[in-house]
Amino acid sequence: MKKLSLFLILILMFSCKIKSQNNTQNTIDYEVVVKDLNIPWGFTFLPDNSILITEKEGELIHFKDGKKTIVSGMPEVTLRGQGGLLDIEKHPNFKENNLIYFTYASSEGEGSGANTTLMSAKFENNQLTNQKVLYKAVPNSRKGQHFGSRIVFDKENHVYFSIGDRGNRDENPQDITRDCGKVYRLNDDGTIPNDNPFVDVENAKKAIFSYGHRNPQGMEINPFTNEIWSHEHGPKGGDEINIVQKGKNYGWPVISYGVNYSGSKFTEITEKEGMEQPLHYWTPSIAPSGMAFVNSDKYPNWKGNLLVGSLKFEYIVNCTLKNGKVIKEEKILEGLGRVRSIEQGNDGFMYVGIEGLGIVKIILK
Amino acid sequence: MKKLLAIVFFGLLMFSFTKKEDSYTEMDQESKFTESIKRGNEVYVDMCISCHMANGEGKPKVYPPLAKSDYLMEKREASISAIKYGLRGKIVVNGITYKKMMSRLGLGDDEVADVMNYITNSWGNKNEKMITIEEVKAVSKK
Repeated sequence: MKKLSLFLILILMFSCKIKSQNNTQNTIDYEVVVKDLNIPWGFTFLPDNSILITEKEGELIHFKDGKKTIVSGMPEVTLRGQGGLLDIEKHPNFKENNLIYFTYASSEGEGSGANTTLMSAKFENNQLTNQKVLYKAVPNSRKGQHFGSRIVFDKENHVYFSIGDRGNRDENPQDITRDCGKVYRLNDDGTIPNDNPFVDVENAKKAIFSYGHRNPQGMEINPFTNEIWSHEHGPKGGDEINIVQKGKNYGWPVISYGVNYSGSKFTEITEKEGMEQPLHYWTPSIAPSGMAFVNSDKYPNWKGNLLVGSLKFEYIVNCTLKNGKVIKEEKILEGLGRVRSIEQGNDGFMYVGIEGLGIVKIILK
Repeated sequence: MKKLLAIVFFGLLMFSFTKKEDSYTEMDQESKFTESIKRGNEVYVDMCISCHMANGEGKPKVYPPLAKSDYLMEKREASISAIKYGLRGKIVVNGITYKKMMSRLGLGDDEVADVMNYITNSWGNKNEKMITIEEVKAVSKK
């Protein structure tokens, strides 16, 4: 009898083991880390593992030890269409200087409407001080579309940020004397780097780093190559992933794999000399927002993958890359809500900002 | 006789003036409505079309339709409120439940009125009572 029960226990243990092994390989799950957010447009992990979160309507939230505190000292944010409080990024030397950088729609300056603005400020004790507008795109526009925006830093502490074409595709993206439809590069104090591509071009906006963009809402330094990767919304079809390089023209709206919302065509061509081809494109559009590279060993086989959020289909595209190409796409976390932002945490786990839900952590069970 | 004629003439003149004024106001009202719908079309293309689509058909089970929508046409105040303040929680449109959040878009009261006039008079919808800025102003957050 004793023998039998021992045998039974052994069988039980064995079956448990098999089950957990299967799960480890198969089940992608999530855990809600920050509850009750409307539109967590961007977020960044601070060295103490607390999180700064931007809500599109204009609030900056500091999430620490399970509690949300609203940060004071924010500028006036204009909420209009796709514009509001957008991305946030900490300075690479945040530990020493406590600086944060964020983008938002601002109505400052001449003309009605708003345009995308980059601000830096010191963050201490849930308060901002030394607020400094580093860049404000002009002119203001009452259009509701295409404010961008994402922020990244490179190893030399240059700050890069994107601004969409502001709904004026025929004038803005291809003209380097105009703002919008561009990726910009500044020194971390807001001055223009001497080696920016258009510093010697008369009347050019000297902060421009690359142009011909439609509306980039995902940008990240590839930690394996140090390239700047970004994606942007196409019109109907033609969402793109690009590697953003100095002085290059990404072709909007001269070349595109997309068509007008109505289905009519605005261009016949998808390639042209002097204009960059995307590394990858999506037709139909997934409406990409947020992106992050997996640079940890927390998820077997994911290291080096690129995660891209889809607003439209409400999932994450888990892209397997090989030789700088997307060779496989897998949909994960389907149906939780519009995916707005993705970051890797200090702990190596991937975190996702989902509209109407909050920030969730991707876990394997 | 001359006097009488003058009075009649004068009276006629006055009458014709008032008549004219009346029809002016009417025309004025009508063209105001048409103008508002026209501006509303622009607001719609700018702010609403990506979810509610070009013909107000929405997306099945995700974004409710505006075309022939019982909610829009019967719940005038709730519809104004949704555009003005955003909308959270479940709503039922033409018998189907929708639970997605609609965020506040940051439109001015004039734009809310214009876009309401547009969507209640497009894709088979018909609303004869113009939504005014005053009406939008009076809708408070619930």
